[in-house]
Amino acid sequence: MATDRADYLDCDSLFTEEQRLVRDTVGTWVDEKVLPIIEDAAYEGRFPKELIPDMSAMQLFGSTISEYGLPGLDNVAYGLIMQELERGDSGLRSFVSVQSSLVMYPIYAFGSQAQKDNWIPRLGTASAIGCFGLTEPDFGSNPGGMRTTARKDGDSFLLNGAKAWITSGSIADVAVVWAKLDGTIRGFLVEKGTKGFSTFEHKGKMSLRASVTSQLAFEDCRIPAENILPGVEGLKGPLSCLTQARYGIAWGAIGSAMATYGAALDYAKSRKQWKDRPIAAHQLVQERLAWMVTEITKGQLLSWKLGSMKNAGTMKPHHVSMAKRNNVWVARECAKLARETLGANGVVNEYPVFRHLANIESVYTYEGTHDIHTLVIGEAVTGIPAYNPPEE
Amino acid sequence: MNSLVAIAYVPDTESKIKVGPDGSSIDESDVKWIVSPYDEYGLEEALKIRESKGAGTVTVVSVGPERVKTGLRECLARGADDAVWVDTGETKNLDALGVSKALAAVAKAATFDFFWFGQKGVGPDESLVGPMTAELLGLPHVANVVHLDVGEGKVTASREIEGAHEIVECSLPAILTAQKGLNEPRYASLKGIMGAKKKPIAEKKLADLDVPEADPAAAKARWRKLSLPAPRQAVKLIPADDPAAAAKELVRLLREEAKVI
Repeated sequence: MATDRADYLDCDSLFTEEQRLVRDTVGTWVDEKVLPIIEDAAYEGRFPKELIPDMSAMQLFGSTISEYGLPGLDNVAYGLIMQELERGDSGLRSFVSVQSSLVMYPIYAFGSQAQKDNWIPRLGTASAIGCFGLTEPDFGSNPGGMRTTARKDGDSFLLNGAKAWITSGSIADVAVVWAKLDGTIRGFLVEKGTKGFSTFEHKGKMSLRASVTSQLAFEDCRIPAENILPGVEGLKGPLSCLTQARYGIAWGAIGSAMATYGAALDYAKSRKQWKDRPIAAHQLVQERLAWMVTEITKGQLLSWKLGSMKNAGTMKPHHVSMAKRNNVWVARECAKLARETLGANGVVNEYPVFRHLANIESVYTYEGTHDIHTLVIGEAVTGIPAYNPPEE
Repeated sequence: MNSLVAIAYVPDTESKIKVGPDGSSIDESDVKWIVSPYDEYGLEEALKIRESKGAGTVTVVSVGPERVKTGLRECLARGADDAVWVDTGETKNLDALGVSKALAAVAKAATFDFFWFGQKGVGPDESLVGPMTAELLGLPHVANVVHLDVGEGKVTASREIEGAHEIVECSLPAILTAQKGLNEPRYASLKGIMGAKKKPIAEKKLADLDVPEADPAAAKARWRKLSLPAPRQAVKLIPADDPAAAAKELVRLLREEAKVI
């Protein structure tokens, strides 16, 4: 099956030859290596770690960094990678997002030279896996309320608290953990196996089943003093990471929508009910397809514009909110409409639709819920924060 | 050890081919172009030989219009060192001998141990250009290679023949055509893609090479007419409630409708 990216308005022409080659390389790999195995992996609730060597060889981790032999991609090319990965599966895209934007980015941007030299090369090849601990069982949309603390004790820090909904938590070699040190949020690197650090997988997850999601617990977890990230203090540390990740999600969601739209279009053209005519001949089905392809096209343009602004250095977090909010919503609606179009076949894993439908529910909520992004846009246009503004 | 690799840039194997208004060429408007899959095996083998020897170069060569540069760029991203583009200019549908003469002209100006081709260019499926180029250059040629051992000044190639494998030894330089099974082509790395732009693509004009076939009137083979295969008939399902009756009906249909038995 040739890759159909729902390119109704020749968005292809917006990309450079290099950006297209990046997209097509990753896209071909997704078609050849991810799609054949992902339904079973998701059904079994298994992270397909056999895909890591290929992703490492293609250098998909930390791909916008140009030091340490990493590729130094521009932001549009990075976005296209996220699009292609999520055309495969939101869980797979999450894995790469977290490694790149939430682990390598903060270490690269806020870490000491020694921390960078130690971790960036290993994370770049995924010979070490990372996770990002910000959300807590009781604090999601309001991360500033976090209860995890760090206390200086001689030449070390003692961490206490718990983190929840952490992608790759139980398979990570290093966790970037945000905790309050004398009331100020700071970042810490906690290595797997450190005494007092334990992880538990969230059980019974009906979404992102091909991705590992865990709780992290810290009980007088003692880490060396040099494991603090020296370069940032306050909530802007984790939030700046989230801006990077959300940027990728805005692109990724379009990939999910392309997958469900493509499945719906194929199905509608081949499924026949009356007089040997495909259901695609029905106006109600066409209305769904027309809605999907229109919204996907708008989403592509939004992502591309955002990427151009990120390349130019003019992108602000509230711009990212618009794209994350819109595009994930579009993907969620497309998954629903595709499911309706496929009828009963929409609920079985012979088709990718229900997996995407279930996945996108998590994406809708994580990395800033749809509602919170609505309020960020509201604040940007009115100047009035409708939520309790977090303390900086 | 140096390799040349001939690259055909062909319609994606998933493309829906439409016949152009002249009736003798394809409508290229909605076609997505790809490096011919068999050529990818040739490129991969050339890259592996360079890596195992720790020395040498891999040069990709393509004959065609401007778009083939995108295919060459993709090969550079996968690891080829440099590229040669023979610009066919106004000439369309250059025949196999014309392509072979252009490639032979490029090869004569190069020093190489291997000249790789796909066992066929996907699309025309003629399997002509490799052997023709070998003849033009007066070099040994092994077709349909599925395994290769590189020795001193010679190679031992395993080639697929009907129902068996044939082991062939030949001296170098040699022309080899790659068959599926030879290797598993790599994906380009992102750094390879970023670096591809900096690698050189030498440009030659078909008109400057000694290729009489560039003039359609002088071509030995011309595309007269293209037509699409007849659309597939709808599948006929035979209810299988009664296997004996179903078998009887199948035989009847094969005899009376399909007329194959």
